[in-house]
Amino acid sequence: MRKIIELKNISKAFDGETVLDHISLDIYDNEFITLLGPSGCGKTTTLRIIAGFEQPDEGDVLFLGEDIASLPPHKRNVNTVFQRYALFPHLNVFENIAFPLREKHVPHEEINGKVEEMLKLVALTGFEKRSVTSLSGGQQQRVAIARALVGHPKVLLLDEPLAALDLKLRKDMQQELKGIQKATGITFVFVTHDQEEALSMSDTVVVMSEGKIQQIGTPIDIYNEPQNAFVADFIGESNILNGVMIEDQKVRFSGHVFDCVDGGFGKNEAVDVVVRPEDVDIVPEEKGHLRGVVSSVTFLGVHYEIIVDINNFKWMIQTTDFVDVDEHIGLYIEPDAIHIMKKSKYSGMFGDYSSFSNEFDELSDAEAVEDESL
Amino acid sequence: MKKNNTLLQRLVIAPYSFWALLFIVVPLFFVAYYAFTDSGFHFTTENITRFFTARSSITGDDGTVREVYTYLLIFWRSLKLALISTVICLLLGYPIAYILSRASDRTQKILITLIMIPMWMNFLIRTYAWMTILQDTGILNGLLKSVGLRPLHIIGTETAVVIGMVYDYFPYMILPIYSVMAKMDIKLLEAARDLGCNSFGVLRRVIFPLSLPGVISGITMVLIPSISTFYISQKLGNGKFYLIGDAIEGQYVANNLHFAAAIAFILMIVLLVCMAFMQRYANSKAVA
Repeated sequence: MRKIIELKNISKAFDGETVLDHISLDIYDNEFITLLGPSGCGKTTTLRIIAGFEQPDEGDVLFLGEDIASLPPHKRNVNTVFQRYALFPHLNVFENIAFPLREKHVPHEEINGKVEEMLKLVALTGFEKRSVTSLSGGQQQRVAIARALVGHPKVLLLDEPLAALDLKLRKDMQQELKGIQKATGITFVFVTHDQEEALSMSDTVVVMSEGKIQQIGTPIDIYNEPQNAFVADFIGESNILNGVMIEDQKVRFSGHVFDCVDGGFGKNEAVDVVVRPEDVDIVPEEKGHLRGVVSSVTFLGVHYEIIVDINNFKWMIQTTDFVDVDEHIGLYIEPDAIHIMKKSKYSGMFGDYSSFSNEFDELSDAEAVEDESL
Repeated sequence: MKKNNTLLQRLVIAPYSFWALLFIVVPLFFVAYYAFTDSGFHFTTENITRFFTARSSITGDDGTVREVYTYLLIFWRSLKLALISTVICLLLGYPIAYILSRASDRTQKILITLIMIPMWMNFLIRTYAWMTILQDTGILNGLLKSVGLRPLHIIGTETAVVIGMVYDYFPYMILPIYSVMAKMDIKLLEAARDLGCNSFGVLRRVIFPLSLPGVISGITMVLIPSISTFYISQKLGNGKFYLIGDAIEGQYVANNLHFAAAIAFILMIVLLVCMAFMQRYANSKAVA
């Protein structure tokens, strides 16, 4: 596969505050790559540097091997779908999509043909004359995508394009975007803070935090083999415990020695141990590797989410079996359910569900979205 | 919000309604009433026809005498000077408003204050200030002389009147355009650049069309007061350029209240028609 964009050692600071800290990233032709991270992690700035709206303080941006650091946005073969769509309110649907073509003085008939083709691609045929302000959020989104794609850019940049849509519509649009990417063969660089969105749509996920890339990989790699506590916590739910690697394939945590499948660590090296909530089996107390007391049970439709207190560490477990609060249960963990990570600066910051609350999680998420729209 | 006003709402707005009735509706009614009556308050259209038919002879600079329609000439002159002033205000004000809207918050505040400060002064005083600047022995010519240039004769010309009008009404052009531009979503400008526009393209295809409502209200706010202005032309034009506002004032001072009202009435109708057209143009742009 051909490299289409290369970011080399990019740094950027605003008012002395580092937003990007020496990041390097290769983006390949025809791939759907997602920059994933919490607000303030630098993902939007990375996108804006690729688009040309920001200049990196340090480092190079290569486009098909050529340095484009000094190229203004209108000369880059890259288009952006903005978070709040940024449709031109004084133009109708047709003229919004035709906007880049008119700038290039494309002949009339050709414009008609291309706009119709785009309207068909985003399923908005018949909306040509409509005012963009009269459209629903989802329809505006489609117009924005059509407008960005009509000039056939090499790369499409999408800045949290689905954040303003409601859940159902968001799911539909995820599928549709993926379909459009496949149909057009254009490289998509997608920015989001929603890990589910990232996992379901991407070929490659780039997890970012504090201006640094934490991990690059396929969705399955990122989920199954997180490189540090931040990634493990940010992607899905994780119980993250302090452990000691006794030898290859043997790890001790929560006062018990487990068989595992990972190796290559030093003897008695301190490590972070990740156990996903869905990988823990609930068994009668005497048959478990670990024993604990259920402290809360939440019904979530497909499964229950229970919090179990084991030696003052709160585990989250997802199970379809019903257990009651205050019940004493045993936990059984298969070797391949245990993932070992090197210690990092994020060790000890995540993975304990002592103060866990679903509601709180969602509240802080909503705030993050608001912040970024400012 | 409910459409039907509650009693409380009506009570709250009552003073304003009363104020509007007393100081806007009633005077307008009197203007119309005086315009269509004679000194005995009998109905007549003579005041109106006088505006269109009154003739007088004027002596040109070369001594030739011409017969003209007095008030039509005055009206045309007012319209011409007002249009020139408005165009100059627009050409100067639009780029300033644009630069202003792109400046840092602090700079914006300082510049807006600077633009507003002259408005705190009475316009008579501002006009007198311009007299002292533009006089043949005034500040401007003093400056020109001191750098070895020939003095200019400006006072008493149409140029002087236009300068006075532009200076007086300039802020009314900048402020509405600036406020539209300052509110413009920066993302729209980025989108235009992203889609292939250079700086000029962004200005032509996005900023200008989106700033039209501000331009229209700026034009309205400059054209209307400058078409009906008086005093500026008396002081800066040395009374040579009698404008429609001066005509109304002159007739009023001479106690011809009915004819003064007729001129005011005709001016009002013309301005209303102009505004209706501009509003329609603005609306059609906004929809398209």
